[in-house]
Amino acid sequence: MSHGSAGSRRIYYGVFAALITLTVVTVMVSYIDLGLLNVAVALLIASAKASLVALFFMHLKGESGLVWGFALVPIFFLALIIFGTLLDTQLR
Amino acid sequence: MSAGEESGIAGNGRGYLSERGWRSWAFTLDHKRIGAMYLWSTIVFFLLGGVFALLLRLELLSPQAKYFSNHAYNVFFTLHGAMMIFLFVIPAIPSGLGNFLIPLHLGAKDVAFPRLNLASYWIFAAGFLVIIGSLVAPMDTGWTFYTPYSAKTGAAVATLSLGVFLIGMSSILTGLNFIVTIHKLRAPGMTWHRLPLFIWSMYATSIIQVVATPVVGVTFLLLAAERLLGVGFFDPSKGGDPVLFQHFFWFYSHPVVYVMILPAMGIVSEVIPVFSRKPIFGYNAIAYSSLAIAFIGFLVWGHHMFTSGMSPLANTIFSFLTFFVAVPTAVKVFNWIATLYRGSITFESPMLYALTFIFLFIIGGLTGPFLGALATNVQLHDTYFVVAHFHYTMMGGTVMGFFAGLHYWFPKMTGRMLNEKVARVAWALVFLGFNLTFFTMFIAGTRGMPRRYAEYIPKFHTENVISTVGSAILALGILVMMWNFVQGLRKGAQAPSDPWRSLTLEWRAASPPETENFHEIPQVADWPYGYGTRKA
Ligand code: HEM
Ligand SMILES: [Cu+2]
Repeated sequence: MSHGSAGSRRIYYGVFAALITLTVVTVMVSYIDLGLLNVAVALLIASAKASLVALFFMHLKGESGLVWGFALVPIFFLALIIFGTLLDTQLR
Repeated sequence: MSAGEESGIAGNGRGYLSERGWRSWAFTLDHKRIGAMYLWSTIVFFLLGGVFALLLRLELLSPQAKYFSNHAYNVFFTLHGAMMIFLFVIPAIPSGLGNFLIPLHLGAKDVAFPRLNLASYWIFAAGFLVIIGSLVAPMDTGWTFYTPYSAKTGAAVATLSLGVFLIGMSSILTGLNFIVTIHKLRAPGMTWHRLPLFIWSMYATSIIQVVATPVVGVTFLLLAAERLLGVGFFDPSKGGDPVLFQHFFWFYSHPVVYVMILPAMGIVSEVIPVFSRKPIFGYNAIAYSSLAIAFIGFLVWGHHMFTSGMSPLANTIFSFLTFFVAVPTAVKVFNWIATLYRGSITFESPMLYALTFIFLFIIGGLTGPFLGALATNVQLHDTYFVVAHFHYTMMGGTVMGFFAGLHYWFPKMTGRMLNEKVARVAWALVFLGFNLTFFTMFIAGTRGMPRRYAEYIPKFHTENVISTVGSAILALGILVMMWNFVQGLRKGAQAPSDPWRSLTLEWRAASPPETENFHEIPQVADWPYGYGTRKA
C-alpha cells in the first residue's frame, strides 16, 4: 500500500476536484425548481460522490470479491428498508 | 481427526484462570476471560429481569391491582423486557459463549481483534451503567419504545435509548470481530464444511448484528432528537409519522429475534449428536438454513404492524413472506429429529435442555404462523397469545439452549464437573414451571386477555393463578441451577479434557484451556461429527 507515488497522487487530486465540482452542482441545482425530482437529483449526486470516495479514497477499486461483497450487501438492505416503508406510506 | 495425542492432557485446574486480581480481568485480551465476563454480567441481568417478572406475576395473582400502582406495573414490564432482551438474551450466547468458543472451535489462539473485543465488553458495560442510570426516572413505554407515547412521557427515554445504543455498538463490534475471525483464523484443514455448526450459526448471527443493529441505533437517535430538539420525525403535528418508528424499530427487532435464536440452535446442533452418538443428519441443510433464516428474517418486519394502520398491500406482502421464515426453521428441527432417530441416546443435563429446546421451540415456532396470518393476527395481536409465543421461542428456545450450553461447556470453562443429580432436579423444576407459566397464556390470550395491563376481568383468574404458581416453580428451578453452578465452581470434581467424548476442537484443549488455547495449532482432517462411526 504505497500511498505516495506521483501517479496515485494525481488520481487523488482528480477525485478531490470531482467531489468539489459535484458539491457545487448540488448547490446550484437546488435553486432550480424540479419538484420531486430535486430530491432524486440530490441523492443521485450524493451517491456518485460516495462511490468516488469508496472506490478511490477507501481503495475499494482493486479489492477482492469478498471485500466488494461486504461493501455492496448493506446497500441492498438500505434499499430494502426504504422500499418496504414506502410500500406502506405511499399506499395507505 | 485423530482423537488422540492431546486428549490425555488434564488441566492443572487453572489454565486461563490462573492469574488473579481485578486487573487481570479488566485489561485481559483473552477471549475466554472476556467471554466469562459477559457470561457473569448477562446472568446477573437475567436474574434481575427475573425479579421484575416475579413482581408482575405477583400483581396478576388477583384481577384488581393490589400491590403496585398501574404506573409501577408499567415500569416493571418495561424493565423486565428491556433488561431481558438487551442485556441478557441478545448478548448472552453470542458475546458470552461465542467469545469463549469461536476461537477454540476454529483451532485459533484468539479472536482476530482481541483489543476490539475488550473494547466491546467495556462499551457494553458503559451501556448497562447508563441503563441503570435511567432508573432515576424509570421507563414505562414497554421495551418497544413506541411513539407517540415515548416522545411525550416524562420517563428517561433518551437515557435508556443511549444505553441501548451503546449495547448495540458493542454488539456490532463483536459481530464484526467474529466475521473476520471465522474468515481468517481457521486452523489448517478447517474448511467451511468442516466447521462446527455452532460456527455457522454464529456467522449468520454476526451478519445480522452488523447489518441490523445500526438501524435501531439511528432510530433511537431520531427519537432523542424528537424529544430533545423537537424535530418532527414521528409526530404528525410536525409532519412526522408514528408508524415510521415502528418500521424502523422492527426492521431491527425482527432480525434480532434470530440473533437470539440462531446461536441457541447452534448449541443444539452440537449437543444432539454428542448425546445420540450419531453423526449429525443433514449438515449442509442445517448450515445453510442458518444463512437462509438470517436473510429471510430481514423481509418480514411488517408482521408486527398489521393492526397499526399499515397499507393493505404491505400487510399482504409481509404476511405472505412471514410464512417463508418457518421453512428453514423447520428444516433444522427435522434434521435434529433425524439425528436422534436410532441413536444411542443418553439423558445427561445438556441433552435434557437440548431436547427441551426442540420440544418448546416447536410450540413457539408453530404459533408464529398463526400470528403471521392476517385474519388471526387481528384477533391475537396484543393479547397474551403473543406473550406466550415469544416466551416459548425466547425462553423455551434461546434460554433452554443457553442452559444446554452452560451445562455442556461448564467442565471446559471451569475445569470442574457439575453435580448431575442436582442439575436434573433443576431441569425438572424449570420444565414444569415454564409450561405452567406460559402455556396458560396461550389459553388466556385466545380468550381475549390483553397484554400490558395490571388488571383484568375475573374470567381470566384461573389461568393467571396457575401461571403465577408456575412462575414460582420456575424461579425455584433456576435458583437450584445457580446453586449447582456455584457449588460446581467451588468444589466440583476435576474435569477431564473431554468428559462427553465430543469431537469438536475445544475438547482437545485442556479443561480449562491455557491462555492461547492449544500447545500446537491443531491440524484438521475431517468434520467433527463422526460419532459412532469410529472409536469416539
Ligand atoms: C417461525 C418463525 C416465527 C414467526 C412466523 C413469528 C411470527 C410472529 C408474529 C407475526 C408476531 C407479531 C404478533 C403481534 O404482535 O401481533 C410475533 C411476535 C414476536 N415474536 Fe415471533 N415469530 C417467529 C419466531 C420467533 C422467534 C424465534 C422469536 C425469538 C427468539 C420470536 C420473538 C417474538 C417476539 C419477541 C414478539 C413480540 C414482540 C412484542 O410485541 O413485544 N418469534 N412473532
Ligand atoms: Cu417478528
